[in-house]
Amino acid sequence: MKVTIRFFSSLREQLGISHQEHETVSLNVAQLRSELMRLQPVFAQALAPGKAIRVAVNQEVCDDTALLSEGCEVAFFPPVTGG
Amino acid sequence: MSFTVAIQTQDFDVSHEVAALRSGKADVGAVCVFVGTVRDRNDGDDVSTLELEHYPGMTEKSIERMLNEAQQRFEMISAKVIHRVGILNPLDQIVLVAVTSAHRGQSFQACEFLMDYLKTQAPFWKKETGPNGSHWVDARVSDDQALARWGIQTKNALP
Repeated sequence: MKVTIRFFSSLREQLGISHQEHETVSLNVAQLRSELMRLQPVFAQALAPGKAIRVAVNQEVCDDTALLSEGCEVAFFPPVTGG
Repeated sequence: MSFTVAIQTQDFDVSHEVAALRSGKADVGAVCVFVGTVRDRNDGDDVSTLELEHYPGMTEKSIERMLNEAQQRFEMISAKVIHRVGILNPLDQIVLVAVTSAHRGQSFQACEFLMDYLKTQAPFWKKETGPNGSHWVDARVSDDQALARWGIQTKNALP
């Protein structure tokens, strides 16, 4: 299925990408994260387990077990620091 | 119109916002306003500019959710949240939370609740620039603890 992946803040800078369309066979966030880590060393480094990374699917914060669906938007970002 | 959110690059006028929030509402007896501003020092470092990034769409949704949550907890009559994004400088205003209620207690509490919620739940990120370069600001455990006082557990600052 096709998904849109978005990166914000330090993650966006580290990867040099703010968003991209991505064709995936992953069913959930954990699988997608592993899939991205296999793409390029910079992804493997940025998304490694233990990094403080938050995930949102369709603009709702979720955990790694959240399911993906056709056309969904998956965002990866560091802890928030607004206000 | 009574509970609104604005994400914007331009500055805001507190007097104007308060007047709009109270306009025609004779049941309002209290207005509580919080304004967050840019400091020239943070964690011992000089700050010359502050850049604010956000997640368009999700930001508005998360603040609307927090206004709904506040309405269930407090007797608010109206509220406005403004958060600026883009490049800001020391002395600039960053964020406004303004709440009206019949009596002061509810608007004091709602205003503090809304700010505590925004700090850890809304997708904004700050990047500071000073004489030693730029860095992204780290989330603070104290902000998670501030929200926990309201019975909402969050782990924003944890690895």
